[in-house]
Amino acid sequence: MTLKLQANAVKGGKNATEASWLQDWVIPNFQKLMADQGKQVTVQYAGTGADDEDVKTQLALDLRTGGGPDVFTPDGPWVGEFAQAGFLKPLDEVVGSEVNDWDGWSQIPRPVTGIVEFEGKRYGIPVGTDGRVLFFNKQLFARAGLPTNWQPKSWDEVLQAGRQLKARLPDVTPIQINAGTAMGEATTAQGFIPLLYGTGKNLIDGGKWLGDTPETQAVLGFYQQLYGQDLGDARLQLRADGRDRSFAQFADDKIAVLLEGDYFWRSVINPDGGLAPMKDRDQAVGWALIPARQPGGGLNGQDFVSLSGGAGRVINPNTKAPKEAWELLKFLNSKEALTNWVQREPRITSRTDVNQANLKDPLLSFISRRVLPITATRPGSAVYPQVSLAIQTATENVAAGRSDAREAAGRLGAAIAKAVGADNVTGAS
Amino acid sequence: MPTTSPAPAEAPGGDAQPPRGEPGAAAVLGRPAAGAFVAPALLLIAAFLVFPALWTLYLGLTDYRLTGAAAVNPSFVGLDNYTQALSDPQFRNSLVVTALFVFGSAVIGQTFLGFALAWTMRDWRSPLRSVVEVLVIVAWILPGSVVAFLWIAFLDGQSGTLNALLGGVDTEWLLETPLLAVIVFNTWRGTAFSMLLYGAALSAVPPSHLETARLAGASAFQQLRDVVLPTIRGHILTSLLLISLWTFNDFTPYLLTRGGPNFRTDVLPVFIFRNAISSGQLGYGAAISTVVLGVNLVIALFYLRLLRERT
Repeated sequence: MTLKLQANAVKGGKNATEASWLQDWVIPNFQKLMADQGKQVTVQYAGTGADDEDVKTQLALDLRTGGGPDVFTPDGPWVGEFAQAGFLKPLDEVVGSEVNDWDGWSQIPRPVTGIVEFEGKRYGIPVGTDGRVLFFNKQLFARAGLPTNWQPKSWDEVLQAGRQLKARLPDVTPIQINAGTAMGEATTAQGFIPLLYGTGKNLIDGGKWLGDTPETQAVLGFYQQLYGQDLGDARLQLRADGRDRSFAQFADDKIAVLLEGDYFWRSVINPDGGLAPMKDRDQAVGWALIPARQPGGGLNGQDFVSLSGGAGRVINPNTKAPKEAWELLKFLNSKEALTNWVQREPRITSRTDVNQANLKDPLLSFISRRVLPITATRPGSAVYPQVSLAIQTATENVAAGRSDAREAAGRLGAAIAKAVGADNVTGAS
Repeated sequence: MPTTSPAPAEAPGGDAQPPRGEPGAAAVLGRPAAGAFVAPALLLIAAFLVFPALWTLYLGLTDYRLTGAAAVNPSFVGLDNYTQALSDPQFRNSLVVTALFVFGSAVIGQTFLGFALAWTMRDWRSPLRSVVEVLVIVAWILPGSVVAFLWIAFLDGQSGTLNALLGGVDTEWLLETPLLAVIVFNTWRGTAFSMLLYGAALSAVPPSHLETARLAGASAFQQLRDVVLPTIRGHILTSLLLISLWTFNDFTPYLLTRGGPNFRTDVLPVFIFRNAISSGQLGYGAAISTVVLGVNLVIALFYLRLLRERT
């Protein structure tokens, strides 16, 4: 019997540590465990190293045709979309009621299980969660006369630091905040939405999607100031490989501030096996909470905001071996397996027992202590990708100087109204 | 002048067409036998061309999505997708970009360069000709992803080969002149087909005609204009037809620019990909695909009409 396990992780490339953990530890140990129980199970690893959107498309097309890997790793927001389309079924329907007896559930805190839930039903087991912060280069900050324990309290303070960096260090790009369609979801999750949370609103507010409102105008206005005053390099946002270049430039001390998730710390600038390793990461890189537009102006009246997501592992309803797939899923999320993973690469797993014993990385413990309490998540709905594309287009037009913030917000409102229906949008459009 | 000949517009040459009214293959074989011979081809065409086209037409009238509830139960929305497209400035932008891309790289670039190469090398017998031909053909047969990577490296601002050759330049070609860059790229990539076709066509021009023209004192340009071009007119139109259609449907610019910067190279196939796949609106994507299909038909009819004209 063969099980196919998919993750967007490949040795020597994207999420390399996860790939080697899966291939070198999980699969051999799981096969051994099965063999000890007298079952002959072979696990085939189907890893990719592509952009998330492309992986999602591939999975959706595979599942639509009744195929796809037995166990795969969707990003949290995809779960709702896939479930609505019937590509995913609740875990107890696919496997049986024994899924509720797994002892691991008690270790996963309530908000985290929500990552792979839809309409109150479990679809899989969450891998972990994350949070977004402003990463900054302390050495560049010191050279520009800025504090190395920087913590801006408003958007203006962010822009102010950008102006000082630009004046003192003309060769350095002060602040890079993702915009544009080339960066795909990174624009929405590491740019627009955290800024929107800073205006006190979520994408869906009072049951309606936000259209052309003062809040979206304010966010696009921030982009306009950032890229219009050359505090950020708009060209990085417009080119096909802009995100990888922004990673490389940050690692190369060419970008001073970058809004990213802990993925950036763990898998990109990690001196040990990162995509753009930064040898002096632990000394050179600092982080700050993302400030609201002004103190107290953020979501729920907060001073600081963030966005969290996370992936989960789920079982394909088309699988021919649901029981064995469930065994694999349990093994993947066992204390033993996750401990082995975080020892290879620190990360915030879904299990409290693993986190408590292993979370020594300073950034990750900062995120779990300071960011997770103030964070929020994206809506998991089938129209979300279309709204996200409208957001990417609006930020691209502003960053490129094609539209000003007002015009872009107007077009954004119209595009969101088209996506979700004019009755479901607030703001004139 | 257009004629109403029912004879199929047979590509190049044109001299070998049977006189009008002459019985075709059906008369020799008998209708049932002739029908049996074409039936497999017609079945394949129906299964792989007609059915998908009709299916696309149908999907374009629905709100079908990649994921979510509408992926299971799409509902009929009539012409909404089409009216949405017409009012979408991004779509209009894509139409213009695509027209420029096809005109620049297929009609101007590949045709002129391909013909120029074939014309220049028509009398060469040296190994140099083989070398040039092989190089041009290699550009054509390399996989698109490999070629795109090479061109990104070639055009890069800081460390690109082009700027190194020019010396002291750090222009980001894919950002400063994106449409021109993808036009030049596509010309480079696709010239082989035109060159091969024109090479074959030129060898079919009777040497005696050229000799007569030379004796009559015609310059090289006059020979080209009055002897060569009229003779290979059918080849030119066939080549234009094929490469226009290929270029119109070409997705490769995505590998270089992803349609950017700021949609300046957002050709229709990229527009469709972004809307249908990335944002999940399969119905809307299908509607745009139907429009593309229609434009392709118009292009094809236009060239076929020109081909039928006999001067």
